[in-house]
Amino acid sequence: MDTNDSLRVASLWHSMHAISQQLSPTTGCSGIELLEADTFDLHCFQSLTGTKFFVVCEPGTQHMEALLKVVYELYTDYVLKNPFYEMEMPIRCELFDINLTQAVQKDRVALLGR
Amino acid sequence: MPPAAPRSGDAIFASVERVNAELFTLTYGAIVRQLLTDLEEVEEVNKQLDQMGYNIGIRLIDEFLAKSNVSRCVDFKETAEMIAKVGFKMFLGVTASVMNWDADGTCCSIVLEDNPLVDFVELPDTCQGLYYCNILSGVIRGALEMVAMKTEVTWIRDMLRGDDAYELQVKLLKQVPEEYPYKDDE
Repeated sequence: MDTNDSLRVASLWHSMHAISQQLSPTTGCSGIELLEADTFDLHCFQSLTGTKFFVVCEPGTQHMEALLKVVYELYTDYVLKNPFYEMEMPIRCELFDINLTQAVQKDRVALLGR
Repeated sequence: MPPAAPRSGDAIFASVERVNAELFTLTYGAIVRQLLTDLEEVEEVNKQLDQMGYNIGIRLIDEFLAKSNVSRCVDFKETAEMIAKVGFKMFLGVTASVMNWDADGTCCSIVLEDNPLVDFVELPDTCQGLYYCNILSGVIRGALEMVAMKTEVTWIRDMLRGDDAYELQVKLLKQVPEEYPYKDDE
């Protein structure tokens, strides 16, 4: 998936997330947190600033919320604290990518270890 | 998985990497001096400091939310308490208190007991209109804007100008919940 495809998919998700808040039969809904499909699960975390992080994983994978929280912290460190990163633009921060891969690897190892 | 409990300002302050306070004070002082040299007008410098603070605030808010685990504040009173008790403690290591609430709970004062930006600083006569710590007002304004609140932040008391404390007035102008594009079909 190239950058344009990612942007297209992400903006679709942003709209669906917003629509789901309107569709909810209860008040105070903050949007989709989990999407379960045949071949994958999608976990989504929305910060209070409206930024959404989502992870696509194998059905039934546990502890994705914790991973999303870690990713949020990595974002606040390696992306937001990079003075050359422009807000709302695609993230092209090498340190973020490296640390993100490490976090996912650590998670994978922890899962396989059980 | 149950959500993690919100962390106190002290706990977070103790857990992050810290920098020499004097280096911080010197760096900030250098910024203000350079702005005064470049811009010459005290009003312009005030505006630039506020703008710089705004740019910091829009990024700082996510850091604050990630480290402190707070949930959405119920009302503006809770927001102000969060800023004073957790925010200022976490980033500047100072305790602040909230007071002087107005009748409809949209305007309050945050009083700083201590201010690391102004250690060793004295304002000369040529800079009497300068709000030395104006970066702080920008930071609060920027941070709150990212969580859907438009505010106006001004200095009420400034010890560098002869008052007895540092007092910021934070006024909530309006809540601006995110607009979604599919509604614009009128």
